[in-house]
Amino acid sequence: MQAGGAAASMAVALDDATVAFGIADNRVYTAVEKATLRVADGEFVAIVGPTGCGKSTLLNVAAGLLTPASGAVRIFGQPLDGLNAQAGYLFQADALFPWKTALDNVAIGLEIAGIARDEALARAQEWLTSVGLGAFAGRYPHMLSGGQRKRVGLAQVLIRNPKILLMDEPFGPLDAQTRQVMGNLLLDLWSRDRKAVLFVTHDLEEAIALADRVVIMSAGPGSRIIGDWKVPLPRPRDIFEVRLDKEFHALHREIWSVLKDEVMKGYAQSAQAVG
Amino acid sequence: MTRPVLLLCQVLVAVVVIGLWHVFTTVPVFGRILLPPFFFSNPWDVGSQIYSWFASGIIWKHLGITLLESVLAFVIGSTLGVLIGFWFARQPRLAAIFDPYVKMANALPRVVLAPIFALWLGLGIWSKVALGVTLVFFIVFFNVYQGVKEVSPTVLANGRMLGMSERQLMRHVFWPSALSWMFSSLHTAVGFAVVGAVVGEYLGSAAGLGYVIQQAEGTFDVAGVFAGMFVLSAFVIAIDILVTMVEKRLLVWKPVASEGRS
Repeated sequence: MQAGGAAASMAVALDDATVAFGIADNRVYTAVEKATLRVADGEFVAIVGPTGCGKSTLLNVAAGLLTPASGAVRIFGQPLDGLNAQAGYLFQADALFPWKTALDNVAIGLEIAGIARDEALARAQEWLTSVGLGAFAGRYPHMLSGGQRKRVGLAQVLIRNPKILLMDEPFGPLDAQTRQVMGNLLLDLWSRDRKAVLFVTHDLEEAIALADRVVIMSAGPGSRIIGDWKVPLPRPRDIFEVRLDKEFHALHREIWSVLKDEVMKGYAQSAQAVG
Repeated sequence: MTRPVLLLCQVLVAVVVIGLWHVFTTVPVFGRILLPPFFFSNPWDVGSQIYSWFASGIIWKHLGITLLESVLAFVIGSTLGVLIGFWFARQPRLAAIFDPYVKMANALPRVVLAPIFALWLGLGIWSKVALGVTLVFFIVFFNVYQGVKEVSPTVLANGRMLGMSERQLMRHVFWPSALSWMFSSLHTAVGFAVVGAVVGEYLGSAAGLGYVIQQAEGTFDVAGVFAGMFVLSAFVIAIDILVTMVEKRLLVWKPVASEGRS
């Protein structure tokens, strides 16, 4: 596996992490088996895999929302105990507080950290402006479109200036055009201070266009990491343009040849589970 | 249908119903009167009864008493409902222990409690307030309980990842969620507060709308009973309009589609 490096200097280091859930009849479902993953500081890593392969599970382990049954999780060299306070998490589903305005939703991360409300609101307004929603501060989440809600979510996470950004198919529910716009916005914000990013997606094209490294997981149960590719495309990238690049296509073909089998396996298994 | 047309149709319904009422209680059809005035009174008598109540001003005292009882029942009942609902939802073991008793108490028709409250608290306003409280409490309790339990797991996880402590989760996640469920049951809760007050008055009191209706009934004054019913309806509608206004202010953040929840 490439891009190993010493675990101590890594933003996120999972070593042989196995995650299992107890399910009905005292059986145990192993979601992820012996996953080893490294994310260097400032590195953008995308995890791609077929549906139900435990990509999100891996992300939740890095966030501290799940504790692995075995294996080690280290954040900047420190074993992770409880929630990962260094990480910001952008969820797939709507996670904004519906009873707060866009501005209050962004400011809340600062307020709970003890920053005075006036200052929190002023900084939240700046963040809303930088995600292109400066004029929507007073709107409640249900008055915003799906893409706008994701922008607020991004601002809500980034205002706390986390060292690690965990993203669980954040643009999954959006339409194709909005996804591309959001991808460019994300790259733009990321390029300012280059946090470590762990980005889960099922869309291989999105993964290659955004990331420095693409990690492929096998179909579940007991998914493993089965591939790890460096993306040699130069930065800054424009998601619209990068997809036309020759290298992009070559890499896409190479990774897809591995991923395709897993996707088929994944389908076969879910068909069995239903039937 | 435009607004004026709708309003016109609505008024028309009232006119037709009152018209039929008037005709059947005064004009003989095929030689007999279909609605004997002794049992059904007639619109004119009812109207003049209502007019004399308001002209002499005696009705205000009764309305005031009923309003006071309803407000007290609502405030006390919903405060208890919010607090205990919240507490139970955060302590599943406690909720499990008390579950059969809560269900039992809620299944009991509350009217049977009225005589006991009258015995304990006398014939003043507090026995009516107590009856209203038992009605309001359960509605608010179940809604708040549900509201706290059904906080979206994603929103909760988001709160945690943003660094909220348990207390901050309470304040920024559980509390607003519980309150939103309480407000969505506002109409029902207010309605039941009035029901508690009026039924309590009807069963034994010296003032209030329920008392007025009961007195009229005791003297076979059917016009008085109907007049009391109309005043009561108008009273409830006025309160409901007020509640709708309050609700609109408090739940601005809610999408319109889910307003039907109650």
